[in-house]
Amino acid sequence: MKFEQDRLANGLKIVAELNSKVHSVAFGFFVRTGSRDETDQLSGVSHFLEHMVFKGTDKYSAEDVNRIFDEVGAHYNASTSEEVTLFYAAVLPEYLPVAFEMFSSILYPSLRDDNFKMEKQVILEEIGMYDDMPSFTAYEKLMQVHFAGHPLSRSILGTVESITALKAEQMRAYHESHYLAGNMTLVVAGNVEWSTIVDLSNRYCSHWPAGETARDTSEAHPTGGTLVLPKQGVIQEHIAQMSPAPPSASPLRFAADVLTTIVGDDANSRLYWELVASGRAEAAELSYNDYDGSSGYMTYLTCNPEDVKENLDAISRIYEDVNKNGVTAQELEQTKNKIASRIVLRSERPMGRLSALGNNWIYRKEYRSVQDDLDTLQSLTLQDIDDLLQQYPLGQLSTVAIGPLESLPE
Amino acid sequence: MLNQKIKNHTLNNGLEIITEKMDAVRSAAIALSIPAGGCYEPSGKNGVASLLSDLMLRGAGDYDSRALSVAFDNLGVQYHLSPGWHQLTFSAATLADRLPEMLKLVSDVFLRPHLEQKSFEMCKIGREQTLRSIEDEPRQKLMIELRRRTYSPPWNRPSEGSLQDLPEIDLQDVRSHFEQCSVPAGAILGIAGDINAGQIVSHCEELFKDWAGDAPRLSRGTEPKPASNHIEHDSTQTQIGIAYRAVPYRDPDYYRAWTAVNILSGGMSSRLFTKVREERGLCYAIGASLNTLKEEARILCYAGTTNDRAQETLEVTINELKNIDQGVTESELQRCQVRAKSALIMQEESTMARASSLVRDWFHLGRIRTLQEVREQIESVRAEDVLAYARQYPASNLNVLTIGPQPLQVEEPV
Repeated sequence: MKFEQDRLANGLKIVAELNSKVHSVAFGFFVRTGSRDETDQLSGVSHFLEHMVFKGTDKYSAEDVNRIFDEVGAHYNASTSEEVTLFYAAVLPEYLPVAFEMFSSILYPSLRDDNFKMEKQVILEEIGMYDDMPSFTAYEKLMQVHFAGHPLSRSILGTVESITALKAEQMRAYHESHYLAGNMTLVVAGNVEWSTIVDLSNRYCSHWPAGETARDTSEAHPTGGTLVLPKQGVIQEHIAQMSPAPPSASPLRFAADVLTTIVGDDANSRLYWELVASGRAEAAELSYNDYDGSSGYMTYLTCNPEDVKENLDAISRIYEDVNKNGVTAQELEQTKNKIASRIVLRSERPMGRLSALGNNWIYRKEYRSVQDDLDTLQSLTLQDIDDLLQQYPLGQLSTVAIGPLESLPE
Repeated sequence: MLNQKIKNHTLNNGLEIITEKMDAVRSAAIALSIPAGGCYEPSGKNGVASLLSDLMLRGAGDYDSRALSVAFDNLGVQYHLSPGWHQLTFSAATLADRLPEMLKLVSDVFLRPHLEQKSFEMCKIGREQTLRSIEDEPRQKLMIELRRRTYSPPWNRPSEGSLQDLPEIDLQDVRSHFEQCSVPAGAILGIAGDINAGQIVSHCEELFKDWAGDAPRLSRGTEPKPASNHIEHDSTQTQIGIAYRAVPYRDPDYYRAWTAVNILSGGMSSRLFTKVREERGLCYAIGASLNTLKEEARILCYAGTTNDRAQETLEVTINELKNIDQGVTESELQRCQVRAKSALIMQEESTMARASSLVRDWFHLGRIRTLQEVREQIESVRAEDVLAYARQYPASNLNVLTIGPQPLQVEEPV
């Protein structure tokens, strides 16, 4: 395993973890644009652009793009979050040049009017699809309520209204101002020579426009709120809650990961034994959602509507107990074992390394090997968990509920 | 292609163990499958298999429910136990040096589960919650209800169980299911990863030597099959499901069927994605897959689309499914083959994928198809083979099911 990094003259950052023992190579372009970089009028443009990239360039039509990726058997896709648009692929090493050339070409797509119009329909369908998934809607609305007034409150998909009103020239302008080499990081993992990566990026990425956009990453100061959305046809109540947690660059993030696993993993956690194993809830989980500058502990609960009050109270009691008494040495040790094994298993495939490598570089400008992560994990103490809880206690500050209930019981 | 190191070994009691030693991994994974799926449930008690899979992990051997979870976590085991249509399968992975200890726990779960009343009550309430949540996920519900309509009992039973039968099930039902079905005859254990095959087989021989019992009998399956082709639901999108006959994994024509389905729905250059989504923008999610039982199979196709465009989506989709018998191109075949090659080679990076694949092959074929053999089979399929297949198993006699505010017109052109 070898780490390499470079930076092209136009500002494109390149990081690579080379491993000749695996069969495939994965690579991803992490573009620093997401819903938090948008305005009301442009709501959903980053995600829409992610789709439009696959519509091709003057050289490659949309059909060519889909066909050529399939011709090299690439496992490829893209995703958009609040802060990153990611384009990624895993291929056999002999097909890397073709897949690389394709992705680096289409990151600068033609954005033709006819494609824009057609893809708008697909985006509206995607919004419709998520509208029928209460767990997704709960997350989106929770971000709106919890981060009200802060850029993180913005919807990734946008709304039917914002997407319908969006014009192709607005998207072109957004692309021109955000798809700058300084906003991008190329991450590579797997079976490839460093010289190959250097050659490919010099050949296909060095002409990209230089530049970087600023982003307001000041920490949010949420004041909390409650939103209840009664929904016809839904029979369970779906509840999401959030409270402040350490931002993604904070050294407390490792402790936050361990703490939320102890308290709210989907199996063998405090929430699991109290609520799920007993059959009182279908799901009761706590996760650490980290973002640039501000993060959240997110609680997710699904249960019968009549049990909501009792279950939310039970969660409050668990959080109060943890805030006051911390966790036990035994819980800490067990959870370290659980997380260590997850890290190792996930890392066996090159694709499983991409997001860790990318996030470490984008948020913290650091390389961490699998062993670094394991060492940090093993070094965590009960004192680290207590320090975290002092600064960021568990809480249920903001709440969104979707389901049969008209209001939440006091 | 890769030179796989696969061995199989049958224990005296009938348990089949298949191992694959993999290079360049630090982990090991297992899949242990027993004949305890939905097709062995008594009629009117759909959910027994899923309740058994919930309950088996609530204490076994010397461990109570919590101690068992802790023991798995301390070994860093990622695991789940899931009921299927035929088999109930435990899948797990951890670092290879912990495999022997993990297998000890697994033998407790399969040979010595507690199956206690108190845990049963909690599992039953939890199961009801799970089934209620499926009602809130129309896409998941669609596929369950489509299977119910296209297969016959006992094969069409939802592996998740059903809200209708759940109240009828008691602990005794689950215990009898366990006694009849957790048996070595028909059980398959696949182990893949950084292992010493000889040592691990000896270890399993010791752990499973007291396991006894004959293969269970299939349930008669007397429950009526639902007939309606629309389920009303107040939703933004209409969910469309289409099913029709195909050949199962063991059939000599399987890779012809596989190729046909991949031309329809493998990758973003496939026909359904191109014609329905890319050229018409009718939906975000669309796809078809080959769903195979041991003796029969179906192509299951899915599309989700806003209500006022649902009729057009249905028509365009059916048209594409039917059109495959009009010809396929060399370029389509080529793409299928390269995609298969990549997927097969990448499978060798995942111990979990290999362990499952070993068990699946043994269950369906009674032998292992090596990745090289699969690749050769796929590469031997010609355009005329796909056409011949598509004409023999056309997209006709369709089962169409929709979930949404309004039913659609389903007309099958002659």
